[in-house]
Amino acid sequence: MDRIENPWGERTPYGPGERWPERVDQHLADGLGDAGVDRWVRSASILHSNGDALDIAVKDGRIAGVRGRATDRVNHGRLDPKDLYGWQANNSPDRLTRPLVRDGGRLVETDWDTAMDRVVERSRALLDGPGGWGHFGFYTSGQLFLEEYYTLAVLGKAGIGTPHMDGNTRLCTATSAAALKASFGTDGQPGSYTDVDHCDAIALWGHNVAATQTVLWMRMLDRRSGPNPPAMLAVDPRTTPVAREADVHLAIRSGTNQALLNGLLRQIIHKGWYDSGYVAEHTIGFDELAGVVDAYPPARVAEICGVAAADVERAAELIGTAERLLSTVLQGFYQSNQATAASCQVNNLHLLRGMIGRPGAGLYQMNGQPTAQNTRETGADGDLPGMRNWNNPHHLQQLAELWNVDEMTIPHWSPPTHAMQIWRYAEQGSIKLLWISATNPAVSLPELDRVRRILANRDLFVVVQDIFLTESAELADVVLPAATWGEKTGTFTNVDRTVHLSEKAVDPPGEARSDLDIFLDYARRMDFRDRDGRPLIPWTGPEEVFEAWKACSAGRPCDYTGMTYEKLRGASGIQWPCHAGAPEGTERLYTGGVFNTDPDYCETYGQDLSTGAEFSADEYRAKEPAGRAFLHAADYRPSPEVPSDEYPLLLTTGRTVYQFHTRTKTGRAPELNAAAPDAWVELHPADAEPLGIADGDLVEVSSPRGTIRVHARIGGVRSGVVFVPFHYGYFDVDPDKRVPRAANELTLTAWDAVSKQPIYKVAAVRVTAVPDGRE
Amino acid sequence: MHLAHYLGLLHRAQGNLAEAFRRVGEAHGDEPDVALLCEQQAQVCDRHSERLSPFAERYSEEAPDEPDRLHSELFRGTRTGGIGLLRDLQDLYLMAAECDICWTVVGQAAQGVRDRDLLGVVTTCERETTIQLQWLRTRMKQAAPQALVVAG
Repeated sequence: MDRIENPWGERTPYGPGERWPERVDQHLADGLGDAGVDRWVRSASILHSNGDALDIAVKDGRIAGVRGRATDRVNHGRLDPKDLYGWQANNSPDRLTRPLVRDGGRLVETDWDTAMDRVVERSRALLDGPGGWGHFGFYTSGQLFLEEYYTLAVLGKAGIGTPHMDGNTRLCTATSAAALKASFGTDGQPGSYTDVDHCDAIALWGHNVAATQTVLWMRMLDRRSGPNPPAMLAVDPRTTPVAREADVHLAIRSGTNQALLNGLLRQIIHKGWYDSGYVAEHTIGFDELAGVVDAYPPARVAEICGVAAADVERAAELIGTAERLLSTVLQGFYQSNQATAASCQVNNLHLLRGMIGRPGAGLYQMNGQPTAQNTRETGADGDLPGMRNWNNPHHLQQLAELWNVDEMTIPHWSPPTHAMQIWRYAEQGSIKLLWISATNPAVSLPELDRVRRILANRDLFVVVQDIFLTESAELADVVLPAATWGEKTGTFTNVDRTVHLSEKAVDPPGEARSDLDIFLDYARRMDFRDRDGRPLIPWTGPEEVFEAWKACSAGRPCDYTGMTYEKLRGASGIQWPCHAGAPEGTERLYTGGVFNTDPDYCETYGQDLSTGAEFSADEYRAKEPAGRAFLHAADYRPSPEVPSDEYPLLLTTGRTVYQFHTRTKTGRAPELNAAAPDAWVELHPADAEPLGIADGDLVEVSSPRGTIRVHARIGGVRSGVVFVPFHYGYFDVDPDKRVPRAANELTLTAWDAVSKQPIYKVAAVRVTAVPDGRE
Repeated sequence: MHLAHYLGLLHRAQGNLAEAFRRVGEAHGDEPDVALLCEQQAQVCDRHSERLSPFAERYSEEAPDEPDRLHSELFRGTRTGGIGLLRDLQDLYLMAAECDICWTVVGQAAQGVRDRDLLGVVTTCERETTIQLQWLRTRMKQAAPQALVVAG
């Protein structure tokens, strides 16, 4: 079957409680058969967040294909089309193979010593003097390996001592972490992917799973085509494949999630569809929640959200009467206004209905990127490693002892500096060295004109570590060529806490080095020492770092102490927590209804959902959580940017199934790039017609931040809302011929008060026809 | 009965705080979170003022002349830059703290006159003022090291 034509492949139907049938997907280089493969090397996908296990085919020292691993708990052999074809990017002729440094305004090739000396010389000068730590910002990714993040976290927190560390995970998964912490006390997904096998209803909240995690969607579709299929609810302003499949589709106006959820919870409470015993025993805050949501009857919700009141009632009945409800949440909630508040309402739904911690009653606060979970766990996103609470002196002390450093060195005096604030400090000039690893902010951050201006400022020393000369690398002072998936060894963890080992299959091209080796080299050259004068970071390879990480994770929710590389080479995929008491891992969290909210254990003392105000330890203790979960309530507030006469439409951004992130890899895989070669804008016919715009016309989309020129597609989205995919930048266009087409030329610099995740889904724009724009 | 004077003091303090939130938000538009939350909190203050108005009227009939030096002026305009932001947020903090203690005093008086309606308003608004203080403290804690130790 052509997996470009049909990204989800053939159906393998199954019924509730049955094992999902295997289906092995494979793609090899042209002319290569199984018999010609030299060897298969164990790995998993890093082109989306599903964590699909696969084996890499090696032929003559090069990657020559992939095959899904049938025995793995996550994918049962299936692969996403991005995995089937995306590996070709590894062999792309324009890989970075030597370090580059800026000389006379141009990037020129050099050797590693010269490049690293420049970085170290600048670092030493900046560290010299009080507050030197504050000149450093580290902006990493959701695409490195656990070992790399942990090394970066130790280097940043205990070596330099800076709180200015975050990743592009802030853009994709920060709300997931914030909502889990707020409701359950710590990060950590309660559910398991096997909940799809058992559920009788699936609710997808702002989650176009058909494009973002295709293998998870295959599992859902296989249930839908088998006996006793689960009912399905989709909440999305777009007519996605998920929306078309769903029994109830609420195409709500962008930015109104909180109003919808308040209305649905009101119905659940009014109709008596909640489990009062579970609520009384395992939660705090019911009365306040019931009071707040009472102001959202279906008619009011219908008015705010722009949907029919009857559909709100149907949706409430679907989720209110299910016996095994599975919810998944993603960017439609995370990248909208009131992101954390709305995502917490989904947690509330499951708490009210007692739908947590048993087969089929699952909750996935999804991740956007393949290794985002590890960015969060290790603290490369600024959190303290091991899901520790920055405000808890005992947690700080544990890290100081583990690393044998003065606890004053470890930044703990306020919440970590989130990505958008890091960029603000860089703009203001107090951050003077910005180290970007494995991500491309010049395409992925909001308001790109501003981002380019910051990167281009000569007073900011920019280090970019990547595998290609990205739009961001073009503006760097030093570019470090990195190895990628298949060229290095390490572990990573998916949404349902499944850990995979990804082994080195081939050597990286030219002088490229693994991100781990680059960080270790920097630590060595900077000569970071512990309290006894020994090297702070003594590790030489990934397995040593993994062992060190295990010690850091001991006793915390993400406990890895029961795993080894050897064990990960055995049964495919192990879910944390995995320790002496659960040596084979743990399928579901909170099975006994006891949550991680104990004051000595929790990851946060809580925040006010409307402002992000931090509560103190005393305030938290006074709530006496005692293992109960929090039901958080919040009124609906309109988005910071709403339509006006000048900008009458709402822009939402998102993905196509064929591309990932900023196309750095998928744009170099011929089949994927041919399937989705250029950006576009989707308009509802009722919005297009008065503007004189027909399908295929070249149009301009403008916001107060910028203008892009793309072709129109009519349909696929509700009226009043337009959609532009966010993948498309400029790397594959000659610099003289670049026409603005990146969605983030338009988006605004604004973020959720709690998770600090930028608001990509709600910006006011206008669309205009381009004269002679019809071909 | 002097309750009307304290209601007047609180009413004016809420109005001043709303105005100050708006001016600080506009002055620091390059800090999007500050701009957004200042406007949001100005609206909270507006609502507090509205809810106080009927009580100020109800008790004004029984009030003697306003005593001297009742009102204070805590806000004299915005500043620029990293330390400027910190000082502006500190002004807001002190103004919110004045509102906070006024709510406590008015709440005590409401107990004294056995006015359940006023007590209900105080309970709600006092909580919202506490959130304002907590947010300002959180934001200042974040900004202080960079503004005072790192920035040149």
